[in-house]
Amino acid sequence: MNIVNFTPITATVGGMIIGLAVVMFFLFNGRLIGISGIAANALSEKNNRFDNLLFLIGLVIGPILYTFFTNKQINITISNSLILLICAGLLVGMGTRVSGGCTSGHGISGIGRFSLRSIIATITFMIVGILTVLIKNYI
Amino acid sequence: MNKLISLLAGIIFGIGLVVSEMINPKKVLSFLDVFGNWDPSLAFVMIGALIVSSPLFHLIKNNKKPLFTDSFNYSKNKDINNRLIIGSSIFGAGWGLGGLCPGPAISSIALLNINSITFVVAMFVGFYLVKFFKLSS
Repeated sequence: MNIVNFTPITATVGGMIIGLAVVMFFLFNGRLIGISGIAANALSEKNNRFDNLLFLIGLVIGPILYTFFTNKQINITISNSLILLICAGLLVGMGTRVSGGCTSGHGISGIGRFSLRSIIATITFMIVGILTVLIKNYI
Repeated sequence: MNKLISLLAGIIFGIGLVVSEMINPKKVLSFLDVFGNWDPSLAFVMIGALIVSSPLFHLIKNNKKPLFTDSFNYSKNKDINNRLIIGSSIFGAGWGLGGLCPGPAISSIALLNINSITFVVAMFVGFYLVKFFKLSS
């Protein structure tokens, strides 16, 4: 194991900003943020549909406002294989709905309310994610 | 007012994803590369989010009602079952393949990157398949 590109401060600050969004949504609207649920329900459920859509629009506007106000480009590095990305997207879409949550819903909102169900979900997707990267990179 | 909060919460969440660099699949994949070149940063994203949200959640949940809606509405599901484990494993495999989970994937639509948009479309197909086959938790 080598530790590389470690950025604990921006990671913690970014995390706290995410935490603030969770608190705000809960204090004012009474809901906990889980993005897979919000996104899936925005398309298929009438209940809260407009709120869900607005939240998703906000998610897309966030990075645009960030670039506008800081003048910093956002650089991402993503796989070039469309086949891999389609498989990954299908797995993420199906897995999060079957388990009822993703990194935000189980990993932040669920663990934050001390839900054992979410703790188990988070440990599971972390372990499988780590194993998947291990298999992909080294075998 | 609650509509404005929904939009604002999305914006703030999206900015958090950028500041923490969780929006970058490469950063996520090196977080998962524990046995190789490991970048532990994303553990701190979770810690930062939980430090802020968890104590306040436990305070706010004792309020009679939210400020702008009639009642609190969040999952109280406690079931630990096969769907939880199988679903989380499927999600983990997809996360480890692409380095994207739902929040960062949707936020990265802002960058007009065809690869991340392809991922998002496939993810929504995945949501739909689970709904169609009635497999959701």
